[in-house]
Amino acid sequence: MKKLLVSFAAAALSAAPALAQDVLVINNGRVVTNTDRGVIENGTVVIRDGSIISVGDPIEYEADQVTVIDAEGGWITPGLFHPHTELGLIEVGAEGSTRDDAADDSHFTAALDVADGFNPNGTHIDEARTEGITRFAVYPSTGSAILAGRGALADSAGDADSLFAARRFMVVDMSSSGAATAGGARTAAWAFLRAAIEDARFYPGRFMAHHEGDAIDRYDAQAMVGAVRGEIPLVMIMDRASDIRRAIRFADQYPAIRVIIAGAAEAHLVADELAEASIPVIYDPMRNLPDSFDRLASTTEGAAILHRAGVGVAYTTAGSDLYFNPRLLPQHAAIAVAHGADWSDAFRAITLTPAQLYGVGDRYGALATGYAGDVVVWDGDPLEVMSAPTRVIIDGEVQSMETRQTRLRDRYAEIVREGGAAYRH
Amino acid sequence: MLKTFKGLPASIAALSVVALAGCADTNGQSADTDAPDTAPGDTEVVRYDQNPFPSTYEPFESGVTLITGATVFDGVGGELENADVLVRDGRIADIGQGLEAPEGAEVIDAAGRYITPGVIDIHSHLGVYPSPAVNAHNDGNEITSPVTAEVWAEHGVWPQDPGFDTALAGGVTTLHVLPGSANLFGGRGVTLRNTPSRTVQGMKFPDAPYTLKMACGENPKRVYGNRGQAPGSRMGNVAGYREAWQRAVEYRRSWQNYWEDAEAGEDVTPPTRNLELDTLMGVLEGEILVQMHCYRADEMAQIMDMAEEFGYEVTTFHHAVEAYKIPDLLAEHGACAAVWADWGGFKMEAYDSIPENLALTHAGGACAMIHSDSDLGIQRLNQEVAKALSDGRRMGLDISDADAVAWFTSRPAQALGILDETGSLESGKRADLVIWSDHPFSSYALADHVYVDGALMYDRADPQRRTIRDFMLGQPGEGDY
Repeated sequence: MKKLLVSFAAAALSAAPALAQDVLVINNGRVVTNTDRGVIENGTVVIRDGSIISVGDPIEYEADQVTVIDAEGGWITPGLFHPHTELGLIEVGAEGSTRDDAADDSHFTAALDVADGFNPNGTHIDEARTEGITRFAVYPSTGSAILAGRGALADSAGDADSLFAARRFMVVDMSSSGAATAGGARTAAWAFLRAAIEDARFYPGRFMAHHEGDAIDRYDAQAMVGAVRGEIPLVMIMDRASDIRRAIRFADQYPAIRVIIAGAAEAHLVADELAEASIPVIYDPMRNLPDSFDRLASTTEGAAILHRAGVGVAYTTAGSDLYFNPRLLPQHAAIAVAHGADWSDAFRAITLTPAQLYGVGDRYGALATGYAGDVVVWDGDPLEVMSAPTRVIIDGEVQSMETRQTRLRDRYAEIVREGGAAYRH
Repeated sequence: MLKTFKGLPASIAALSVVALAGCADTNGQSADTDAPDTAPGDTEVVRYDQNPFPSTYEPFESGVTLITGATVFDGVGGELENADVLVRDGRIADIGQGLEAPEGAEVIDAAGRYITPGVIDIHSHLGVYPSPAVNAHNDGNEITSPVTAEVWAEHGVWPQDPGFDTALAGGVTTLHVLPGSANLFGGRGVTLRNTPSRTVQGMKFPDAPYTLKMACGENPKRVYGNRGQAPGSRMGNVAGYREAWQRAVEYRRSWQNYWEDAEAGEDVTPPTRNLELDTLMGVLEGEILVQMHCYRADEMAQIMDMAEEFGYEVTTFHHAVEAYKIPDLLAEHGACAAVWADWGGFKMEAYDSIPENLALTHAGGACAMIHSDSDLGIQRLNQEVAKALSDGRRMGLDISDADAVAWFTSRPAQALGILDETGSLESGKRADLVIWSDHPFSSYALADHVYVDGALMYDRADPQRRTIRDFMLGQPGEGDY
C-alpha cells in the first residue's frame, strides 16, 4: 500500500488520522459552515470515509489516495436539506400508477409508511441532486383521513440505501382541506386528532378490551405511539393564524408531543407565540397570495418576521411543487432574503434547520468535523437564480451530474432533420 | 412601424402588422352596437359590431419624468449604460445619455439601478381563476362542451383579484388572460393593462387584437373522454378541431357571398349569426390571434399542418415544453413558443421538460418567450428568464442579457399584436417601464418603481402607492404583498 503524505502549509494537526484512507479535499472556495465559524473565505473542507474531518484551514494528514476538487473561487456549502418533498413518491403527477404519496382508498392512516413506496430511481431525485439538494424529507399526502402516515428521510444519491431514516415523523392535515376530510369542519379534524392520540396513548390496553379505538384501529394506533410519546415529531399542516393558535394550545396540553407546523402561511401573525412555545415551522417564502381563506395574510415579508421573532424556520417549495421542482429551494429562499431575511438565516432554513427539525442536525446541514460529507460546490452565491452547483458530494462520494433532462438536452442540442440520426445515443 | 430584431422571423412581424391593421378596422366600425350599417344605396348590408365591449381604459395621471443614470435594457436587444429615460404625456419621449430635464420635470436618480420595459405575461389566468380560489371564482373554463369559441375570458375576469396587485409589484404592466385548457376551443382571451378599475373594460388594452385559446393533448381528451363524450383521444381532438374549422370556412363563405351580393344591391338575406363561428371566422380573417396550449413536439407539428390546411396561423404555442425539439418547424411556420423556465412532470406531455427549453428554442431560430400561467410565477418573470438564460449559457449558447430581456417584454408584445404600443423602450411608445433595484436577473432584484403609461403605479418605498383590490379591504394582510 502506497502512502502519500499530503501536506498543506501552516496547518494545525487537528485531526491526525490513525489509519490512512481515501481523502477528498475541496479547496479554494468561500466556505459557508452554518456554525459559529460563519463564512470562511478561501477555505478548505476535508472528507475522509464519508465524514468531514476538517473545515477551514488546510491540515496535514496521511492518505492512500487524495482527490482534490478546486472550487475555483466559488462557494462551498453544506448540501441542501429539503424539509418537505414527495420525491421518490411521484414520477408523473397525473398518472396514478406512478404515485405513492396518498392512499385515497385505504382504511389505514397513521400506519402508512412512505418508505414502502419510495423509489430512489425516480428521475426527479437526480434533478434535485444536480441543483444541490443532498437530503430531503419524504412526505405522505392525506388520503381517506387527516392522518397521512409517516414520512422518511433520504439522500439524493439514488442508491438502494438512499432512504436512511424511515418513520421519522407523522403528518396530519389540520387545514381547511383536513377539515373537509374529517367531516366538514375544523371541529371534526380536532376531535379526530385528539381521539386518535387517546387511542395511541392507551394502546394496546384499550384494544384488548374494546378491539377498536375511538378514531383509529389497532394497527394505526400502534403506529401513532411514537408521535404521541414525542419520539418523532407530529407535523401539522395548517395555514390560518387561528389554527396555529389552536396548535400552540394543543402542544401545551400534550407536552410530550413535538409539534411542527407545515404551511404556516399566517405564522408571522403569531410569530412571538410560536417562538415562546418553541414550535418550528416549514414555510414557503414564495406564497404571498390570499389564494384561500386560510391564507389571507400571506406575504413575502413573513419569513423575515418569523426569523426576527426567533421561530425555527425551514423553507419549502410548496408554491412550486414538491416532487418535480423541490430543486427550486434556493430560489424560494432568495425571495425571503429579497424581502428582508438575513442571508445566513435563509440559508440555514434550507440546510441546518430542516436537519434539526427531524433530529439529525448533528450530522447534516453544516460543515464541521463529524458531519456527513455532504458538500456542494457552486459557481456563485447559491441563492442567485443564475448560480448552479459544479459538484455535488454525498457521504464523501462525488455524484453524477447527469439526469434524464441533461440527456434530452444533449440529444436535441443540435437538431437533426428527418432522415438523420435523431435517435443516436 | 414594427421594429424587427435579431432572430425575429419575418413572417411573425408580418403577421403582427396584419393583426393590428385588422384590429384598427374593427374598431373603426364599433360605433353602433348590433345595429346594421347602411351601405351606399338603398340596400341594408348587415355587419355586426365586432367590439361590443370596448375598452374604456384611461391612463392614470402622469407628469414629465426624467429617470437618470440607469442601465437601460430597451427590450429589443439594446443595453445602454448610464442612460436617461424621459417620459412625457405617458409616452417615452427620449432615451440617451445626458438628457436635460425639462422644466417642471420630476427627476429620479436611478444610478446603479436598471430599467426594463414593463413585464408582459402572455399567459395568465388572473381574474378568471382569482384569489381566493374558491368554487364561486372558477370562471376560467366553460367545461360544458369541447368547442366553446363563443365564450370570452373577459366575461369571467374579476377585476378585484388581489393577484393583479402582486403582479404589478413584480413589474407586470400588461397581461393576457386566457380561458383554461379543458376545451379544444376554450374561447377568446383578453389583453389587459395592469391597473385597477371597477370594470374589465377599464382594464382592456385599447385596440389590442382578440385572441383565441385552443388546447392540445391530455386536457380536452381527459375531461370529455371521462364523460364518455368526444374527444376521448388525441385522434378525437384533431377531428374536433377540423370539424369546427370546416364549419368556420363555410360560415365565412356564406358571409362573403352575402356581403358581395348585398353590396351589389341584390336583395339577399344575411346568414344566421353564430357567435362560436364569428370567433373562428375572425381567425381565418387574420384578426384574431391563435394562442394554443400544446406541450408535445409531434402535436405542435400536426397542429401547424392543420393550420395550413384551413388557412390560418398559430401565433403562439403556450407551454410548449418540447419546443426545443422542433425550433426549425416553429420558425418555418412562424409560430412562437411561450414557455416556463422549469415546470414539468405533472403529466406525461410535460415529462420531457428541460430547463434549457427557452434558450434552445430561441437559439434554434424560433420566436421564444417566457410565460407564467401562475399567480406566483407572474410576480417574478425576470427571475424565470434568468434561470432559462443561465441554463442556456451553461450548455454553451451565446445569448446576451439584452436579448433575454426580450423574453419578458417585446416577444410577448409581438405575440399579442401590441408591439407597436408597448414591449420596448423606444420613443413614442407607451411609457410602461420598471426601475429595478438591482440587475433584473438577480434573485435579490425587486421592482422599485413600476410605471404604466408614464404613471407611477407602484413604489416599493411608499406603502401609500400600492394598489389594493376591494377584496383585501378589512382583511388580515391588507396592503401586504
